[in-house]
Amino acid sequence: MKIPLSYIFRNLWTRKLTTLLTAGGMGLVVFVFAAVLMLDAGLRRTLVSTGSPGNAILLRQSSQTEIQSAVYRDQASLLETLPEVARSPSGEPLASKETVVLISLAKRGTDKPSNIMVRGLPPSGLALRPQVRIVDGRMFRPGSSEIVVGSAIARDFDGVEIGERLRFAGREWTVVGTFDAGKSGFDSEVWGDVDQMMQAFRRTVYSSMIVRLRDPSDFDAFARRIATDQRLVLDVKREPQFYEEQSKSLSQFISILGVSLSIIFSIGAMIGAMITMYAAVSNRTAEIGTLRALGFRRASILVAFLAESVLLALVGGAAGLVLASFLQAFTITTMNFQSFSQLAFGFDLTARIVALTLLFSLAMGVVGGFLPSVRAARLEIVDALRAA
Amino acid sequence: MYYLKLVFKNIFRHRLRSALTIAGLVVAILAFGLLQTVVHAWYAGADMASATRLITRNATSLVFPLPIYYRERIKAIGGVKAVAVSNWFGGIYKDQSYGNFFPQFAVDQDIWFDLYPEFRTRPDELLAWKKDRQGAMIGRQLADQHGFKVGDTIPLQGAIFPGTWEFHVSGIFEPRDDTTITRQMYFHWDYLNEEMKKKFPKRAEYAGLFVVQIDDGSRAAEVSQAIDREFRNSLAETLTETEKAFQLGFVAQTETIVMAVRVVSFVVILIIFAVVANTMAMTARERLAEYATLKALGFGPGFVGALILGESVMITAIGGAIGILATFPVAAVFKSLLGAMFPVFRVAPDTIALQCLAALAVGLAAGIVPSVRAARVRIVEGLRYIG
Repeated sequence: MKIPLSYIFRNLWTRKLTTLLTAGGMGLVVFVFAAVLMLDAGLRRTLVSTGSPGNAILLRQSSQTEIQSAVYRDQASLLETLPEVARSPSGEPLASKETVVLISLAKRGTDKPSNIMVRGLPPSGLALRPQVRIVDGRMFRPGSSEIVVGSAIARDFDGVEIGERLRFAGREWTVVGTFDAGKSGFDSEVWGDVDQMMQAFRRTVYSSMIVRLRDPSDFDAFARRIATDQRLVLDVKREPQFYEEQSKSLSQFISILGVSLSIIFSIGAMIGAMITMYAAVSNRTAEIGTLRALGFRRASILVAFLAESVLLALVGGAAGLVLASFLQAFTITTMNFQSFSQLAFGFDLTARIVALTLLFSLAMGVVGGFLPSVRAARLEIVDALRAA
Repeated sequence: MYYLKLVFKNIFRHRLRSALTIAGLVVAILAFGLLQTVVHAWYAGADMASATRLITRNATSLVFPLPIYYRERIKAIGGVKAVAVSNWFGGIYKDQSYGNFFPQFAVDQDIWFDLYPEFRTRPDELLAWKKDRQGAMIGRQLADQHGFKVGDTIPLQGAIFPGTWEFHVSGIFEPRDDTTITRQMYFHWDYLNEEMKKKFPKRAEYAGLFVVQIDDGSRAAEVSQAIDREFRNSLAETLTETEKAFQLGFVAQTETIVMAVRVVSFVVILIIFAVVANTMAMTARERLAEYATLKALGFGPGFVGALILGESVMITAIGGAIGILATFPVAAVFKSLLGAMFPVFRVAPDTIALQCLAALAVGLAAGIVPSVRAARVRIVEGLRYIG
């Protein structure tokens, strides 16, 4: 015979303060756990959505980032002629020769400079990134000292309002627009005309080259052709793969730190649950004796106490999850170790994270409640009744 | 005296519960201490900065180099004692994994270790290094991590400077004290430059940044301005700041992470507060009849209240003390595991002070409500109360 759920629920309800404190402790642990997973998911989504599967990126061999890379002009012109590169209706190759540099700019409300990625690109570069659209002002005009800033830059940094001028590379650059790149990594970049930037930074080589493939399945043939051509000492990657690699070390850092913290914290919370459940068992010894005398089996008692602990943990877990879901309104801007520049990303609550979090709190409840429940189940009827 | 004895005996009435609470406290205080140490470790670079060293770099950002002839021009500026070049090499050792990453710098071999007296070198090794064009000096921690010995060859794959590079370990430098970072490698800037001249002549004759030694630390601002004025409106304008400001600039770029770690370190205190407060609330509830008896015997409400508060503080004191003691060995294990991430992982005195403060605060905060409740209990009600 099973002990009704309402009995379990009422037990928690009667001891409101204890329930609140125990569930509160567990809720905080769950909050930290969920927040870390959400941050990691947000980071991945930001960087993965930066690349599109039909694009390939070319960098100098063994350079890990666009900043380190160099693509020579002759290599770039050769690449444009390869048959796997898609062409526009007018026959122009859909390829973008780009220059990427870092400048320092002060974050809003501080005077400390942070690194920002500046990308110089030709008009064809815009066509390769359809997710980017201007939300304020207009696009920069090719051949002018005009720049547009990503929405995260516009939000987090000073001096990038439309009409303001930024000074770098010995020139004044006028901000003429703000663009939104659908929460991708481009939101944390500043864009301008590639030829103007090359001149200003006195560069003779491009940083990277992006091409649209005629068909995403052409990638392998394209990669083979580049590997066999002596003139092209370049690494080629699919764009999503490149951006995933860019996020690797930061993502690894966040998950290692977060998971080890959650595990350590959960020990504290499980001890809290254990204390509460042990107290519940010793307070209700006579009650347990009565239940047993009424014919409830040891297993039912065990299940009832375990269920109480699990319920406690789930209440805490749900509260922690609700609290964590509010984090979605925030974005974080920090340095991506790999690219050495600031990157804005948000907290992303996915169904997988909800499931993982609830599973985690369930586990805390089971582990914390198991020993006390065993003690309750092992009580002898006579002793238990006498304890009152 | 008998007050303390009574408090002590009370703790041992519920051995299991007290033991569990103390165990929870140990974990929490330990975690708090480690997190604070992580925050400290973040500032390690700034902590070892010297007041008499300035860093001159390209004003646009660190990824832009400066022409090497700036070295002579900076040397000529008043107040400057010595100038050394330093280039971030960014080579890949074995593979790109985090565990195999370590910083390598191409530096002025002749004066580098004079500028950094915090690195202890052996005179014979230093001499051998200066003579070997492909020689490298390895920090103690790095040497221990990868088992590098004098005479070994270290192959690196260049990411910024293309090609495969080989360096010979000429010597190993030791830290002066535990704030010194020794997880890096130094080699000849001249060697880097010669190779670049052969392979990429356009990229030769450039310095990543200059380390400027000045006579008088109090003139740092003045000398910095003089240097930047020298190169104003040139092809590569400079930005000069103290080594500390330079390092703090790095920390500022990852400030959000430091902030998050800080916040989380206080969350663990909140979690343990909930656990201890729960223990004390349950304890006081169970003993309500007892407190009424004490009152009936003539003990004042102050005494009864102090009894619970004392118990709460004593439990947290025991848990806190064990937690603090455990911090040192655990931090040592952490350092050996995470040496790649935190070259300096040292439990600072103010971390211990904060741990004590946190334990005390939890003890007081957790005991206050139950203690007031017990102090206020009316004798008749309390005697009537059954668990």
